[in-house]
Amino acid sequence: MVNTTPLWEVFIRPRNGLAHKHVGSLHAADEIMALQAARDVYTRRGEGNSVWVVPSAAITASDPDQAEENFEPTGDKIYRHPTFYEIPEEVGNM
Amino acid sequence: MAIYQALLELADDHLVLGHRISEWCGHAPMLEEDLAMPNMALDLIGTSRTLYEHAGELEGIGQSEDDLAYLRGERDYRNCLLVERPNEDFAHTMLRQLYFAAFMYPYWIAAEKSSDDVVRGVAGKAQKEMAYHIRHAGEWVIRLGDGTDESTARMRDAVDALSIYVDELFESSPAAQEAEAAGVLPERADLRAEWDKTIAQVFDEALLTLPEVPFAQRGGREGLHDEGLGHMLAEMQSVYRAHPGARW
Repeated sequence: MVNTTPLWEVFIRPRNGLAHKHVGSLHAADEIMALQAARDVYTRRGEGNSVWVVPSAAITASDPDQAEENFEPTGDKIYRHPTFYEIPEEVGNM
Repeated sequence: MAIYQALLELADDHLVLGHRISEWCGHAPMLEEDLAMPNMALDLIGTSRTLYEHAGELEGIGQSEDDLAYLRGERDYRNCLLVERPNEDFAHTMLRQLYFAAFMYPYWIAAEKSSDDVVRGVAGKAQKEMAYHIRHAGEWVIRLGDGTDESTARMRDAVDALSIYVDELFESSPAAQEAEAAGVLPERADLRAEWDKTIAQVFDEALLTLPEVPFAQRGGREGLHDEGLGHMLAEMQSVYRAHPGARW
């Protein structure tokens, strides 16, 4: 049997100037119904002002088996964090 | 008093349809629609609350929105017959929603010129809600009408069953005529062309045809309803009638 309602990933932008953020997934027949379902399921409490939906099948994910080689090498490179210099007070918030 | 009565008719339309759609809550064919339908129900019930409250104030004998919603029997309900039709299947539910929203959307746009502040306030909010109901129900009608053999058959059954209730939307009761003459509510008869246009756009894509209706059903504005409304109200009103004056 054909899957008539494939899975979609939903991204919402909380307000102008921010990035769309992944909030969850849903089933829908096509992109129009997916957008409406995203609006109905994920924006009921004023969560945002823009919605994206992407077919879950279009996403390429990293392999969990490669997690160690992908992500652990950064663990000891603390000098990449911008915490080793002082910001003059006049600069204010960065 | 005529304005009170006319607002009550409008409020009843919204409460009855809102309650009907809420009956799907927990029973929808998929989780996504299980949220979409209560969303629509809450839009309609919210509008009815404002209208009941305003009607109660105009009547001036201290009836609250709860009194008006929960303590009137079916002969006192003045909703049009379309909104009380049972949910049946998804085709019936979505077509009923499309028919109603396609009427209310231009109604609320016209109501922005109302002489009544509360009606103008409702109009601004409700027209956005109705625009979405048209879109959501319309997309379903298109997909079911131009879908599988079964969905097409069900959609055509729904068109046959519900189209006889459409004309009543465009008829104004004596009370509504007074409210229209006073500039409080829009003229219902003026909205037909807009409704026809919205439905034609959807039906064109849905491969559906609007049937000729030689004998339209009417009577809701006189309190003459189908048996089903009494059952619906009995359920809806049971808590308040068991606990008069309950607050929530």
